[in-house]
Amino acid sequence: MTASLERIAVPALALLASAVVFGLLLAIYAHVDPLEAFALMYQGAFGSWFSWQNTLTRAAPLILTALCTALPARMGLMIIGNEGALVVGGVAAAAAGIAVTNAPPLIVQLAMAVAAMIAGGAWIALAGGLRQWRGVNETISSLLLTYIAIALMNHFVEGPLRDPSSLNKPSTWPIGDANMIGTIPGTDVHWGLVYGVVACGVIWLFQRFTTWGFAMQVIGGNPKTARMMGLDVGRYVLLACGAGGAFAGLAGMVEVAAVHGKANASLAVGYGYSGILVSFLARHHPLAIVPVAILLGGIGASGGLLQRRLDLPDAAVVVLQGIIFVAILASETLYGRFKFFRVKEG
Amino acid sequence: MDNTSLGLWGVPLAMLAGAIRVSTPFIFVSVGECLTERSGRINLGLEGTLVMGAMSAYGVALVSGSPWLGVLVAAGVGLLLGALHAGICQLPRVNDIATGIGLMLFGTGLAFFLGKPYIQPKAPNLDAIDLGWWSSIPQVRQALQVNYLFIVGIILAFALAWALKNTRWGLIVRLAGESVDAALAMGASVGRTRLIATSIGGAFAGVGGAFLSLYYPGSWNERISSGQGLMAVALVIFARWDPMRCFYAALLFGGAGALGPALQSVGITSGYHLFNAAPYILTLAIMIATSSAKHSARDMPGELSMAK
Repeated sequence: MTASLERIAVPALALLASAVVFGLLLAIYAHVDPLEAFALMYQGAFGSWFSWQNTLTRAAPLILTALCTALPARMGLMIIGNEGALVVGGVAAAAAGIAVTNAPPLIVQLAMAVAAMIAGGAWIALAGGLRQWRGVNETISSLLLTYIAIALMNHFVEGPLRDPSSLNKPSTWPIGDANMIGTIPGTDVHWGLVYGVVACGVIWLFQRFTTWGFAMQVIGGNPKTARMMGLDVGRYVLLACGAGGAFAGLAGMVEVAAVHGKANASLAVGYGYSGILVSFLARHHPLAIVPVAILLGGIGASGGLLQRRLDLPDAAVVVLQGIIFVAILASETLYGRFKFFRVKEG
Repeated sequence: MDNTSLGLWGVPLAMLAGAIRVSTPFIFVSVGECLTERSGRINLGLEGTLVMGAMSAYGVALVSGSPWLGVLVAAGVGLLLGALHAGICQLPRVNDIATGIGLMLFGTGLAFFLGKPYIQPKAPNLDAIDLGWWSSIPQVRQALQVNYLFIVGIILAFALAWALKNTRWGLIVRLAGESVDAALAMGASVGRTRLIATSIGGAFAGVGGAFLSLYYPGSWNERISSGQGLMAVALVIFARWDPMRCFYAALLFGGAGALGPALQSVGITSGYHLFNAAPYILTLAIMIATSSAKHSARDMPGELSMAK
């Protein structure tokens, strides 16, 4: 029980330290009362129903892209190509949506989701396969694949799929208003949030209660043991990477089908990179991803209020996110250091 | 006059010009990252360092009126960020790749936060050496406008290659990167070596950022970097951890980046963006070719977290 207390105390300590550092920055550089700033941030993130909706909308893509790092991480693989999988997913979704645009909306939406998940899944499975059979480091190959994905997106958006009427910001043809996935009834939050929460729940059940999930845990613990047990490691690597990439691809589909209505450069705005950090902060646990993503979404949502009320640059919240990430990653080193938390033996 | 008046000759000329101009930040960032990785540490946060360098150089040049003072301050800021990364990664159980991404976000955020007042005003730029004085063709003259920092970058690449090979310090850096046990057996402090190597790498990246804001494109805004800091990691792999090859690879990446716009200016527009992907596809191809299921990429320092 003390060990689980440690799991809450250490991140809480890191969050507190981040708040102090950020508060000092605000007080010394921007001459702003830190307490007032934090109160405003709370108001902008969770203070009203309006703020909550803004926060949840921002959290949705982070939940989905975080899974792209979290699933392979269970098996000891470190994927950072989330942004690339999101981008190819978004382009594939737009292409599919345009191709069948006159079908019933449900069919179009399904086609978009399937296309996005296949594209994103294949993208990350490629990195996993290269690691498994060619020994190519998956971290670097997935990063390279992100750049290739962005170049491909620019090619399609400004070439074969371009809507000639999109002058200032080249975009694909729109998928059509009727085919948008819309918002959860009674809210302004789009369905992407539900996709993310359901995905996290299903993955947790899968990891906890199925043989395949257990096999993945064994492989992550010790690949040699897993091989000696006769597990087909390659198959599980492809499965984990493919599923992770598929969720990031789905995030791209949500961006297209719920936010922009078409694919363009707005797909590559860093949700993928934030997703990596969400996964690390959640220690790659599917159920922890949801609250972490909501917390970070909330910090992002509060930027507007800080800008309006205190005249702070909108990058202020990015600084806070950066400080939190670094502090929490550094706090990994504290586990097991405090005598207080140590389980007494005998 | 535009490139079309030179016909197709405009394409190689534009690539040469691009290779010299665009490659300078690549040279600094990749040579710095090369040193860091040779010591056994990977710094993915150089993107943040680059943007912080660009912002601080621009701010200092604006306030003091001296662009070279800006370059110096950018190097100092880079040094501090590098030391921060090294210090955090030195703690047991801290993942250096994730920390790098965290610092990338922190650095870019901080640069936009502190640099907000510098977006409008115009700071004095670094001046260039006119190596094309003998030519009457404006494109040639323009292509041969070489900035001092480009030359400094070449010298640094040579110096680092020499130092890694021939000095005691270079040997210790390579040992820290290849085998911690061997370094400890020699009585070297691995932590301190990596701290120094990562800090110097950060300082290089800071100077690369200064080039962006003070010479080309020569202004400070939130789109100053197009990912040069992250690309450096690909570049170092492409160059297989050799400072001189980093320099050539930086020229190649710069030239490849200039290929698209140059082709566009002579009327070839299709597939323009696919050329931008060429350096990454090549890097990936090299990784695939030099790795096998049994060992990681050839020449990769053995202690790198991504080699295990």
